[in-house]
Amino acid sequence: MNITNPISSQKLKWRIFNDKLFSIVMITFAFISAIPLLSILYQLVKKGYKQIRLSFFTEVAPDTMEAIMAKANHEIIPGGIANGIVGTIIIVGMASLIAIPLGLITGIYLSEASKGKMTNMVRFVVDMLQGIPSIVLGVIAYIWIVKPVTSGFSALAGSVALSIMMLPSIVRSTEETLKMIPSTLKEAALSLGVPYYKTVLKVLLPTGMSGISTGIILGISRIAGETAPLMLTALGSSAINLDITQPSSAIPLLVWEFYNDPNLIDLIWGASLVLLLIIFLLNLLAKAISKKWKVQY
Amino acid sequence: MMAVGILATLIVGSIPTFKEFGFGFIFSSDWNPTEGRESYGALPFIIGTIATSILALAFTFPFAFSIALFLGEYYKKGRMSSILKSMIDLLAGIPSVVYGLWGFYTIKPIIVELGLNAQGFGIFTSAFVLAIMIIPYASSISAEVINMVPSNLKEAAYSLGATRFEVVKNVIIPNAGSGIFAGFILAFGRAIGETMAVTMLIGNSNKIPTNLFDLGNTMASLIANQFGEAEGLKYTSLVAMGLLLFVITGILNLIGKMVMRKFTA
Repeated sequence: MNITNPISSQKLKWRIFNDKLFSIVMITFAFISAIPLLSILYQLVKKGYKQIRLSFFTEVAPDTMEAIMAKANHEIIPGGIANGIVGTIIIVGMASLIAIPLGLITGIYLSEASKGKMTNMVRFVVDMLQGIPSIVLGVIAYIWIVKPVTSGFSALAGSVALSIMMLPSIVRSTEETLKMIPSTLKEAALSLGVPYYKTVLKVLLPTGMSGISTGIILGISRIAGETAPLMLTALGSSAINLDITQPSSAIPLLVWEFYNDPNLIDLIWGASLVLLLIIFLLNLLAKAISKKWKVQY
Repeated sequence: MMAVGILATLIVGSIPTFKEFGFGFIFSSDWNPTEGRESYGALPFIIGTIATSILALAFTFPFAFSIALFLGEYYKKGRMSSILKSMIDLLAGIPSVVYGLWGFYTIKPIIVELGLNAQGFGIFTSAFVLAIMIIPYASSISAEVINMVPSNLKEAAYSLGATRFEVVKNVIIPNAGSGIFAGFILAFGRAIGETMAVTMLIGNSNKIPTNLFDLGNTMASLIANQFGEAEGLKYTSLVAMGLLLFVITGILNLIGKMVMRKFTA
């Protein structure tokens, strides 16, 4: 091939031009996606930081009258999101209590009996669970808990909905982590006469702790911001509520309430900012754990 | 056990509706809660859901695909890719109610300003916000798949003098195509089930939307809006809507997972 041939050299130039153009377009598109992210963060921080005071974490949400009064006097709306924070901690905590043991057991089962019809079934079901829209889980928890068990909206129902949501993440991480642990470790324990259940509890689980806890934390961060299922189950409450059979508030629910009440709109940003910070911190924690105690063999 | 339980619960809960309306429930376009003349049909919401999600997918595609190529082929390591990766993690971490707020306070005024729609609500607005929400899902799976394209195929093409663009076009896309497709199917499933942001932006009208800027309602946002005060037939109809949603997302997920499995095997 003669490169100096004017036709083929033009063609070559065209191909190189195409190549460059494509890279540029691709990089541009990839980074355009950053704009919404920056815009969201900017808006939340700019409008939300004023609200973040100590009382924002210790007082319950104000009612509409208080907010109108404060606004009329050009003051910052009093009160905070203490009821939401307490509610979120209770609901998410209970959801974890339900989901962690179940998820661990399922994950161990999947990694130990990694073949067979039953295993495939379980794996399939976990996949399905992951795809269920959160609002449908809200409907389920309503039918299961709100109607028959607590006969009314309750924090417990919210926890059940959220626990189903975080289950797949725990199962997955447990299974993957345990699969990475070399079988020699398990065989060594078994050959020393350690019973099987003790091998699993004292050898496999501690070794895989970092991966498993990463999965749990990611699961928690996934459910902490969920609003839709809680609307159908926990409903929301204007006071701090420690009774799990009663309606309870949560930070995302408060955001939704503030959004619907024009007088409380200023509080939205503070509440969203706190919610976002919690989720980001959880994600960072998960990343730090998986980096620090990576299973290495 | 749980999934069977969920399916059974939904089916039992929606029996009265299907008894009353038969399969006409799916195709009827009437949603009328007036007492005595109650009639519930899911069609407007099914159409609203599909229109919103497909539009969102179309918006997402160029961005998610670029990100996937960026992370899976062009810059697999280095500072740029780790910046982009943590950006996507952040996008995935933002709760949907916050996306809704952002759509309401930032996107809606822009849409009104552009004169696309007088109120700024509607299918277009919610699809736009949805598109941003599903970028992480679509791009992370596609990036993984693109990363798995065997390097000897790529090297063979390079050694024949192909440019990078030609490698992407002729080697990567044919090889990773089905996997990328699966990633977008899974993202589509996400978009269909997404509730809060859509509820805040779509305008909640119970009629069949006639154009892309029309108000509408999706199945998920309908449940979120009306479940609280629902009783009797309306309640069972909403449960039936949940069943439909469950079945649709389940099927989409299955397709996606099956394509993925074929790809990795």
